[in-house]
Amino acid sequence: MSSSFMSPEIRNAPHTRKSRLAIGLRQWMAVLPFVALGFIGTAVFVLYPMVRNIMISFQDFSIMPNATNAWVGFDNYLKVFQDPNDRFFIALRNTFLNVAATVPVNWFLAVFFAVLINAKFVKFKIAFRTIYYLPIVTSWIIIALLFKYLFADGDGGIINFILHKQLGIISEPISWRNHYWSAMVMIWLFHIWKTVGWGVVIYLAALQGIPKDLYEAADIDGANVMQKFWRITIPLLKPITLFVVINLINGAFGFFPQVYFITQGGPMNQTHVIPSLIYIEAFQNMKFGPASAMGVMMGLLVFILTYTQMKKSEDSACFKEDR
Amino acid sequence: MRTSLINQIIVYAIIITGALLFVFPFIYMILTTFFLGTNTLPKPDQVFSVNINFTNYITVWNKNNFVNYFMNSVIVTSVAMVGSLLLGALTAYGFARFTFPGKELIFRLFLLTIFIPGVINIIPQFVIIKEMGLVNTYSGLWLVYIAGGVIGNVFFLRGFFESIPKELEESVLIDGGGNWRIFWNIYLPQSLPALGTLAIFIFQGTWEEYFLALTLIKSEALRTLPIAILMFNDKYSTNYGQVFAASVIALLPVILLYMTFQKKFVQSGYNEGGVKG
Repeated sequence: MSSSFMSPEIRNAPHTRKSRLAIGLRQWMAVLPFVALGFIGTAVFVLYPMVRNIMISFQDFSIMPNATNAWVGFDNYLKVFQDPNDRFFIALRNTFLNVAATVPVNWFLAVFFAVLINAKFVKFKIAFRTIYYLPIVTSWIIIALLFKYLFADGDGGIINFILHKQLGIISEPISWRNHYWSAMVMIWLFHIWKTVGWGVVIYLAALQGIPKDLYEAADIDGANVMQKFWRITIPLLKPITLFVVINLINGAFGFFPQVYFITQGGPMNQTHVIPSLIYIEAFQNMKFGPASAMGVMMGLLVFILTYTQMKKSEDSACFKEDR
Repeated sequence: MRTSLINQIIVYAIIITGALLFVFPFIYMILTTFFLGTNTLPKPDQVFSVNINFTNYITVWNKNNFVNYFMNSVIVTSVAMVGSLLLGALTAYGFARFTFPGKELIFRLFLLTIFIPGVINIIPQFVIIKEMGLVNTYSGLWLVYIAGGVIGNVFFLRGFFESIPKELEESVLIDGGGNWRIFWNIYLPQSLPALGTLAIFIFQGTWEEYFLALTLIKSEALRTLPIAILMFNDKYSTNYGQVFAASVIALLPVILLYMTFQKKFVQSGYNEGGVKG
């Protein structure tokens, strides 16, 4: 099969190109049985959907059978920008707020807890790691139900109960999801609580990879704990820190269940992020065109973000060697 | 060098406080499942004074076709897991062991898509599945779960496959075996910890997947557990004891798997592997 497939091109090609082409084709034939299904699947269900999404964003699209799905140029984009409630801009603003509010806290807590758990005298390290990682393995939906219950209105919610009745920090119980800022804080706490364990586990693994003799040498030179931390631990963790921060930024950028399951975008569409807006616009309001237009713009944004981050991290090569 | 006792106590106090912050919500949830009142929000002092009983668990298990939904999730998740592992491993093997023109280019193209949020693709994926006539079938769901996860899983596995020494292949080659034998007899057994870790990620991701399942599955009998739990919550939202009893049952398989295998876990990012949905 392979020889008949490659013969016409090869006969017509000049000699050197012919042999390189032949080698290339032979290599492809060898690898194809292993990668063909994966490539086809990716092409049909990952890459083509991206193209299709762009197409839908330029159509007056309907899922009804026999819909004409006429091409409408930039109408869908205009609709997004001319929304009287400015939902897209609010969602965009919230996205950046989410990154700014959660990434530094998440990162700091991860390093902080990992360094403390890694201290030489601490026993039951694995037990601590397991507990800190527990929220990561649980489902977003169930934890969202749980958080809505913990943050329930009135003194019946345990958070209000502690803050108001027990500690007296707040003068009256907060209706967390009824106000913009309290809803945002609740979403951030939910996200941080749910994901901080990931950073802790990554840093714990990295800390264990630092050679012990570096610290022993520092001990001989009379270095104290803080000097060792700043001069050995932090510099050696730099590539890991880059990896962690990139993942945290992307995680905060991609808020979706965090918002969808906690506030559904409320109050008054104030806490939406782009993914939650896309989903509700498409599958509740059946406006596929504008939803796709938002998807295209978000995709471009993430693409630019990822591309610059990948370029930056190429020097440290942390994506290849740290595994 | 020894750390002073006071510093040791401070460090322990901080990390134990941290651990309590992570565990407390779970404890509060479990205590709530023992609460039998049905019409009001349980007050904190009521929650802390419950008697341990399994009434809510038994009620929930026998109510609203819960067993049905649980089994649906078992079927959807196990097929998606096996399919994803197999396809991911095959493709990763292609990238790890073969040289072919355009390999790194394709890998880079794949990598660029990895951070694009899955929700963007849900609309076109739904349209494509609809055009294939697979709406409201598990086949449609499996296709998107398995094919949609290939990139992440390849990204996760490639590094492990590349660390397998070439010398191991010689025994197979001497016996006259080819690339398939090397895949089955060397690569898969040699990377069991990585495959196991990935299996748990995929299990977790598929077990809790909500948006795609909600979009593609229309008939009530085919629904999966996450959808059933949210519907249950909408229907009996004031019955906190039962809502959380259902939630605990849904959480149990993943937590048990994790607790059992977590010592053997290999590290990776939380964006890698599993299901993108």
